[in-house]
Amino acid sequence: MKRELLETLVAAREHREPVVLARGLASGRQFIATLREFAGDDDDVDPALRDAARAALDCEGARSVTVGAEAWLLQTLVEPARIVVVGAVHIAQALVPMALRTGYAVVLIDPRTAFASEERFPGIRIDHRWPGEAMPDLALDPQTAVVALSHDPKIDDPALEAAMDSDAFYIGALGSRGNQAKRRERYAARGYTDAQIDRIHGPIGLPLGGRSPAEIAVATLAEIIQARYRPRDQ
Amino acid sequence: MTDPALITPRRPADVLSLALDWVYAGRKVAIATVVETSGSSPRPVGSNLVVDGDGNFEGSVSGGCVESAVVGAAQDVIASGAPALLEFGYSDADAWAVGLACGGRIHVYLERIE
Repeated sequence: MKRELLETLVAAREHREPVVLARGLASGRQFIATLREFAGDDDDVDPALRDAARAALDCEGARSVTVGAEAWLLQTLVEPARIVVVGAVHIAQALVPMALRTGYAVVLIDPRTAFASEERFPGIRIDHRWPGEAMPDLALDPQTAVVALSHDPKIDDPALEAAMDSDAFYIGALGSRGNQAKRRERYAARGYTDAQIDRIHGPIGLPLGGRSPAEIAVATLAEIIQARYRPRDQ
Repeated sequence: MTDPALITPRRPADVLSLALDWVYAGRKVAIATVVETSGSSPRPVGSNLVVDGDGNFEGSVSGGCVESAVVGAAQDVIASGAPALLEFGYSDADAWAVGLACGGRIHVYLERIE
């Protein structure tokens, strides 16, 4: 594979764009299709291959097609699912590296710079704006989970409201059952429907019984994974 | 010194972006991709493993059954530049033969990054 093709593949994933890698299994020729371009080893492309690759942008996974006399493997790489973590608290320090190792992209939001510091979260993309400003820039899509961990309604509420207005596949909020009940009342008073409020998982995480920040992070990540693959088990 | 176990990863785990990092670091790199599976197989089509010229590797194409053979074959691919298509199937006659314990069959495409 040419290095330029690998660079295009990796860049597409970083920009959260689908990309299709087409490989001729006999010739070894390779092409890449994104929403905007089609590039590859040479300019001699069968239009049928180009069409098949573009059509495959919508379907995650891999499939074989025969174009001309050759079998081609079309491999569709979709953007990694993403977790928006609101509140740079102790649980977040455990959750962020676990999420990255599990293959999720992470965005961390907390206006409190003492919490969301480079030292506590080295190398992570940190947004120090208030969630009310930061969330609209994130395009919360069906591949995004939102977890509110700050325990502070001034920080958590705008994030959770943005999440309820979005297609996020998972919304979770840290807090006791009492706090969850108060949250429901606040959101209902602001016009959110029961169906919208019911999307919030709270108390957050699968009921594993763990108490430490890292154990709660495991329960939260497990619930996110379940929501992604087995939403009906919720 | 910071305990390496406590260092936060900086981005989602992804074999292809790791491969690109290795290329930028001047290492000779081959990528293995599962291109076909039949029967029971632990990793789906599209799974990747990256190998360098010293035999270091990350990622997987099976549950650990055939990685050693792929890393070995990758050295030839890195040396010659010619891609290779490897096939692995079930093997129980000889515990040391390379095969998939699960009974499946996989095809792995190996290619050098140019």
